[in-house]
Amino acid sequence: MLNMSLHVGSTHTPEAVLFWAMAPLAVLAAVGMLLVKKAVHSALLLAWVMITLAIFYIAQDALFLGIVQVVVYTGAVMMLFLFILMLVGVDSSDSLVENIKGQRPAAILAALGFGGLLTSLIGRAVTHTDAVGLSLVNTNGNVQTIAQSLFTQYVWAFEVISALLITAALGAMVLAHSERKHASQRQLSVDRFRQASLGATAGLPASGVYARHNAVDVPALLPDGTPALTSISPTLEARGDIIASEPFTLAATEEEED
Amino acid sequence: MDISNYIYLSAILFTIGAIGVVVRRNAIVVFMCVELMLNAANLAFVTFSRINGNIDGQIASFFTMVVAACEVVVGLAIIVTMYRSRRSASVDDASLLKR
Repeated sequence: MLNMSLHVGSTHTPEAVLFWAMAPLAVLAAVGMLLVKKAVHSALLLAWVMITLAIFYIAQDALFLGIVQVVVYTGAVMMLFLFILMLVGVDSSDSLVENIKGQRPAAILAALGFGGLLTSLIGRAVTHTDAVGLSLVNTNGNVQTIAQSLFTQYVWAFEVISALLITAALGAMVLAHSERKHASQRQLSVDRFRQASLGATAGLPASGVYARHNAVDVPALLPDGTPALTSISPTLEARGDIIASEPFTLAATEEEED
Repeated sequence: MDISNYIYLSAILFTIGAIGVVVRRNAIVVFMCVELMLNAANLAFVTFSRINGNIDGQIASFFTMVVAACEVVVGLAIIVTMYRSRRSASVDDASLLKR
């Protein structure tokens, strides 16, 4: 008869303590990820689950993967997630409106059924004989063993996956790139001369120029001595932070012609 | 403790991730749940590698990590593009094909 069962061994006590301390926390964090409202909290809980898994990898003689898990997942991937969260808006919490009626309970029921099936399947598949363990494989060191396998047996897959990485980077650039319609310098200057009045063609007057006070909240004086209100930032004007310009107005002088 | 407990943990995490994918509406949270499922699969790979005394499981896990990184990059770019055109990261809003 065909024996399809898994041969599973048991571990030493420190690892059991580690497992029973960390695994419930990981499951709690994963459940919390589903329940919390804010996406940022979800991201932090997921980061915790990933760190827990990294510890489990190291406990299971997969030192290299444990380090990679911390560097790639909790470092790069979660960083990217948080970056996008900040870009898209931290407050983008879930809507509670159900578009499909009864979708949520049905989905949870189906997923729980799936989980039960998976668990019972594992329960039926495992037999309690000793695991082989990786101590023999890892005699030259875990990293060396992985490198040897990666660059001999799996070298083709390794090359293909590097092509995949480059394609993904290019795809992200294409997707995230957006054409902005910036008017060129030439277009801006043409527009300036074609506007209704040529008064501001050379730019708006600067505040405080020719005035008695050289300050941003004092309007410039025009050649005839009247204040030029366009020289003051509209923001200051809206706030009412302008000093009344009347006192600074020059007295009109009589010009005499020879 | 049985080593199979790691596989049970992996199955539980995978199921939680699956629930999250179908229940949550925020595209980014859905994406994080996909990451959780991938991580759970990785844990199973590493555990099988230990059970069988074979490094191949760790190699598979390594490749999964690379593919997950690619997937995150492209997926988040899609989410950003979606957000730019719709001003929302909810998966319910992207239903233009429905009508």
